[in-house]
Amino acid sequence: MSEQFISEVVADEAPRHRNLFQQLWSDRMGRVGIIMTIVVLVAAIVGPVIWAFDSSAVGADASSILQGPSSAHWLGTDELGRDVFSQFLEGSRVSLLVGVMATLISTIIGAGIGISSGYFTGRLDTTLMAVTDFFLVVPALPLMIAMGAIFGQSLTIIIAIIGLLSWPRTARIIRSQTLTLRERKFVPRARSLGATNWRIIRTHIIPHVLPLMVANTILVVAGAILSEATLAFIGLGDPNRISWGSMLHFAFSSGAVGRGAWWYFMPPGIGILIIVLAFTLVGHAFDRINNPRLRDAA
Amino acid sequence: MSYLPRKTLLLLGSIFSITTFNFFLFHVIPGDPIRLIARTQKLDAQQVAQLRKDYGLDGSLFSQYLTYLKNLLHGDLGYSFSLHEPVATVLFRALGHTVLLLTFSTLIVVGAGIAIGVFAGSRQGSKKDSMTVIGALVFWSMPTFWVGMLLVFIFGVWFAVLPISGITTPNAVYPTYLSYVLDIGRHLILPTLTLALVDIAFFILITRTAVVEVMGEDYMLTARGKGLPRRRLVWRHGVRNALLPVLTASALYISALVGGAIQVEVVYSWPGMGLLMYNSVLARDYPVLEATFLVSSIVVLLANFISDIMYRVLDPRVTVSQ
Repeated sequence: MSEQFISEVVADEAPRHRNLFQQLWSDRMGRVGIIMTIVVLVAAIVGPVIWAFDSSAVGADASSILQGPSSAHWLGTDELGRDVFSQFLEGSRVSLLVGVMATLISTIIGAGIGISSGYFTGRLDTTLMAVTDFFLVVPALPLMIAMGAIFGQSLTIIIAIIGLLSWPRTARIIRSQTLTLRERKFVPRARSLGATNWRIIRTHIIPHVLPLMVANTILVVAGAILSEATLAFIGLGDPNRISWGSMLHFAFSSGAVGRGAWWYFMPPGIGILIIVLAFTLVGHAFDRINNPRLRDAA
Repeated sequence: MSYLPRKTLLLLGSIFSITTFNFFLFHVIPGDPIRLIARTQKLDAQQVAQLRKDYGLDGSLFSQYLTYLKNLLHGDLGYSFSLHEPVATVLFRALGHTVLLLTFSTLIVVGAGIAIGVFAGSRQGSKKDSMTVIGALVFWSMPTFWVGMLLVFIFGVWFAVLPISGITTPNAVYPTYLSYVLDIGRHLILPTLTLALVDIAFFILITRTAVVEVMGEDYMLTARGKGLPRRRLVWRHGVRNALLPVLTASALYISALVGGAIQVEVVYSWPGMGLLMYNSVLARDYPVLEATFLVSSIVVLLANFISDIMYRVLDPRVTVSQ
């Protein structure tokens, strides 16, 4: 039996991904989200190169501490007299890095568990879903705080903690999609032609799960960025790296809010808001493309 | 097995799992707790040995685990190093304050969230709908603690009209019980509002999605065909059916609510579980940290259990098929 014949019999009309970007772009919220993401990415990549943050450049005396915006310091100074604007640019990198890396870990675990659970079913499914449900209901932030306090505060550990605790929803979504795919005609056909499980998963399951996985991944990035900010605010950030969350931690603990130093605590919060909103908008646009019932909205 | 006993058994199983998980997280992975204490406090060999004995840490890991379970069943959660009090006492006091905060914000969130969600969902695609969705997404994208900082700045510093810290005014003398309650009430406003602002966004979004889905059902077309007035159509036929998926989604949301409460308590120094957890992180007070994590997990498990039961009570279809 020729390869060609096999591929004809099991042809499953794999979804076309080519015009996905076009579809996203034609959705108004999706378009706004994409533009916002690009703006933040460019700022994070180019910004710190132009305005490098010098952590040793502390203020010479009390008069340079918590100063409002000026021509020398566009966003004023912090409680040690350091420039807020360059910290703000520098901080965007850590937020994005943690968000993307943690999501990568979470997606690999979630998709792996979801696909194996939905494809193989039976006892494996029961066991994996029991574990998933357990992590789904355990309150995430208290667990992240506990683990952060135990394992320490390097960037790698923070990424690992967020990634290891953000996968259950992904696993659940991917599993239910895999379960329905498994019943489609092309899976038993491919199997009857002698395709191995791995081949079926690779050529028939993954391509169909992909659009859903992408939509979910984008929403996980948003959640991971919020988690990083919250952990850093609690005081569990990497002490050697500036992030938007750690800026807010120092703004809060130094009493900048009480002193009305809005130039210090507003920018990092707005930064988090913009990047999280950007990913959320794109993720929801993806959802609408996948689920036409919701499509008319916005 | 019938539904309730089976669910209860599952709940007990989950509580047992989380307890075991908690034990191994704090006792096995980072080394034993005494070493953690010794890292932050100076202890001589004799003190270490005594602490080891007090904690039942002189035996094997398994016997330690049994001691831990036995102590838990007796309500013994250990001793706080930073507060010099039994953890159970500290925790019980804090739990009440957190429940107070969560009760008020949940009432606002559920009431306003569902109302606004129905408003938007029944007008799918309209300008009012998109504005609501965008507004909700913006609030949902804000870190809760930052919303807290903003409200502190606006109402506590800028206008200086509301208290921004603690649960009562320090050194206040209350002539009547009512003035005491009112003082707590004033301190409650900003923390409740902060928690509600972010969480309403979530409820609006899930309610809206559920209503949109329901509006597309055949029976809604039939109801519309009968010429029912719009209000009756939306509320009697639409919302009643949309509330079930909202209930399911809100069960998963309970753990996020706990996360929000921690942040709000830190910002407003509200003396609840979240502030306790924060302070125990700063002081590296592991017995307290361990207990706050355990108790918040159990509370979330219980809340999920209750929402499962409610779902079953509210949806007759589930009862029939069982």
